[in-house]
Amino acid sequence: MNKIKLNLKKAPNVVLEAEVITPDHFLNRSHQEICASVVYHGKREKRLDDFFDVEGEHSDCIEIHGDLNRVRHVGRAMTRGEVTIHGDIGMHLGALMNGGAIEVFGNAGDWVGGEMKKGKIHVHGDVGQQVGAAYRGSMMGMKGGTILVDGNAGIEVGMRMRRGMIVIGGTARDFAGLQMKGGTIVLCGGAEIRTGAWMQRGTIISLKEIVLMPTFAESGAYNPTFMNVYSKHLDTLGVQLPFAETDGRYRRYSGDRGVPGKGEILIWEPAV
Amino acid sequence: MLRITGGTVYDPANGINGEVRDLHIEDGKFVSSVTGGRTIDATGLVIFPGGVDVHTHVAGGSINFARAMTPEDHRRTQAFIRSQTRRSGLGGMAPTTFATGYLYAGMGFTTVNEAAVPVLSARHTHEEMADIPIVDKSCLVLMANNEIMLDLLEAGEFERAKHIVAWHVWAAKAYGVKAVNPGGVAAWKWGKDANHLSEPVEGYKKTTPGSIVTSLAKIIDELGLPHPIHLHCNNLGAPGNISTTLETMKHLEGHRAHMAHLQYHAYGGDDWDTMKSEAAQLAEYFNAHPNMTTDAGAVLFGDTVTITADGPWQHLLYKLTGRKWGNLDVENETGCGIVPYSYRPSNLVNAVQWATGLELLLLIDDPWRVFLSTDHPNGACFWRYPEIIQLLMCADFRKDCMAGLPPQIMNRITLPEINREYTLYEIATIMSAGPARALGLGQKGNLGIGKDADMVIYHSDKDIARMFGHPRYVIKGGEVVIEEGDIRETPDGNEYIVKPSFDPGTDEFLRPLFEDRYCMSFENYPVEMERIERAEVQQCITTE
Repeated sequence: MNKIKLNLKKAPNVVLEAEVITPDHFLNRSHQEICASVVYHGKREKRLDDFFDVEGEHSDCIEIHGDLNRVRHVGRAMTRGEVTIHGDIGMHLGALMNGGAIEVFGNAGDWVGGEMKKGKIHVHGDVGQQVGAAYRGSMMGMKGGTILVDGNAGIEVGMRMRRGMIVIGGTARDFAGLQMKGGTIVLCGGAEIRTGAWMQRGTIISLKEIVLMPTFAESGAYNPTFMNVYSKHLDTLGVQLPFAETDGRYRRYSGDRGVPGKGEILIWEPAV
Repeated sequence: MLRITGGTVYDPANGINGEVRDLHIEDGKFVSSVTGGRTIDATGLVIFPGGVDVHTHVAGGSINFARAMTPEDHRRTQAFIRSQTRRSGLGGMAPTTFATGYLYAGMGFTTVNEAAVPVLSARHTHEEMADIPIVDKSCLVLMANNEIMLDLLEAGEFERAKHIVAWHVWAAKAYGVKAVNPGGVAAWKWGKDANHLSEPVEGYKKTTPGSIVTSLAKIIDELGLPHPIHLHCNNLGAPGNISTTLETMKHLEGHRAHMAHLQYHAYGGDDWDTMKSEAAQLAEYFNAHPNMTTDAGAVLFGDTVTITADGPWQHLLYKLTGRKWGNLDVENETGCGIVPYSYRPSNLVNAVQWATGLELLLLIDDPWRVFLSTDHPNGACFWRYPEIIQLLMCADFRKDCMAGLPPQIMNRITLPEINREYTLYEIATIMSAGPARALGLGQKGNLGIGKDADMVIYHSDKDIARMFGHPRYVIKGGEVVIEEGDIRETPDGNEYIVKPSFDPGTDEFLRPLFEDRYCMSFENYPVEMERIERAEVQQCITTE
């Protein structure tokens, strides 16, 4: 398949704002036009090919290589196509995205999928803070789509998220699901403190024991039927979610009563 | 030197309605002829005097607070990247100072009036206004809740109150006086509001909102300020507030007055469920009383941030929306509240507001007395004015828009029965000539010989919103500032201020009161003349 390959020549010494690296922008552009796309190196206006070796044209399939820690806004507001990243990527990956898929073989920075609406992001390494979160001042975080993280995540996973799903393979730090308004967060490796603080609705599933705030009330233990469906769906994404009664059950907590909210936290209790 | 030939000119101030005329500009003024210099061929193009915004919020403490409160908007909005001729900035709900100038000029507006400034933050306001490029500016000082003045009115010292008002206008280096919810903001400091014109204001025995309105209007007429009292009535936004508005108008009989954003004061009904438009009733009274002018304060659907000195109303709005709320208390002078807001067509109250603004513009017969405004950013952002012009000029487009509103609205509004369509001549009146005259700025909104050479040249276009949103040329003070959709020059605008006369002993009267009550020293209070860049002091006028 026709592909556009970007090879970072040298890691930029200050942040490179590269919201032009999206399938939508590249699809109808020639090699020359892609090379001339405007990126901001700090406050200076530069060309994309000042930083990247560019191969290919007219494609919504992008492959990027290099140490991209300081490259930001890749895949911003993309609606289609694929972006594959080999290396670590900087902040705001796939922010406001509305379709398509991003896969990262490496780590990603803060605000992965910030306020995204649709599409899929899969990070094989760790991610920074505010995955799928609302930007400062905004009422709602991600409104749909899926974010999969194999590694660990920073604070405020899914802050103010409204819909969609976030799966964290490792551990999430403090305030996972802060002020959540809907959607699902799956914490395969548990979380640090204050999980679900201020949550109004939505579901947080933890496969490890977590320390809960006193404003969450225990409300039984059971095997919710929707977990079968979730599990089947997640299976297609390569995530195992237990649901069978023979394997154990979920302890349910409702809260955050301090808001007051109607969210739920489900903690897996394996059968002994 | 500049010559504009062959354009179709709409100049209501001189009664020119779509005539082909040549215009000549020298040293920033229109002249009868020039020799040499550039010629712009405007054959087939439409020429208007530069727009004048009589009521907007573009500088000072409240809009700055609104900017700080809406970081989410900055991320998604139009960005101005720094270039040789341009400073960086952001558009959106509360544009930054530089962007404000670029956006206004980009739409053909060349004069703006910042409608609400407390003296305490006037210095900051002037600093910000100096950073709004291209357009000329003026501002109005907030007086109706100034406790020193209210105390004087309570004690029956009208003459002294007059000197105090004049002193404050000069201290703020303002151009006129704004009254916001008279008595209500003072009452807000007690957690109360002032809803009835004839009931004493909280903390006072005799002073009522009605007496404040009448006294201030009288004071301003006697001082001879070029712009009359600029009044934001009590009970803004509340269902059934039409009675308050009509009563306020009765208190103003015999005085000049500008009623700000009348849309927010034209509701019937008893509560949110029964709220309806009373624009027809209000327009009828307004049409019969030529002492008043107004601006529409029209609402457009979409996201915005509401900012007003009307603190109690903003608290109510915050309780209704559950969104962010900012509240500022400005010592003895006034207050301010900020709440981000989204107007939705599916919301019955919002839909009524949308229709009410348009009804007022369409039902008030005299375009010289009703002006284009959204009370930026309260009803919508100023850069959306072209959408309102389109709604006014195309009855069919209005009908299409109404089709998207909830059906229950139809017995609450009169808009579907109105077929009036504005002509270009009338649009030029409500967006330029009229507001310039109401502000008493004779050199603006006028393409006559000797007037300021502020004008805008449009492509004639069936798509009205596009026509007014993208002028072909904008000329400010004889300089071509916008050409082919690009900013060419960014000259600094003037600032209009007025110096009413007051008793020289006013300083010594105020000093002890001030030192008793305020947090700053008296010497630092008035804005120094050196602080005003490119000040133009206007003369007071004589009124009957």
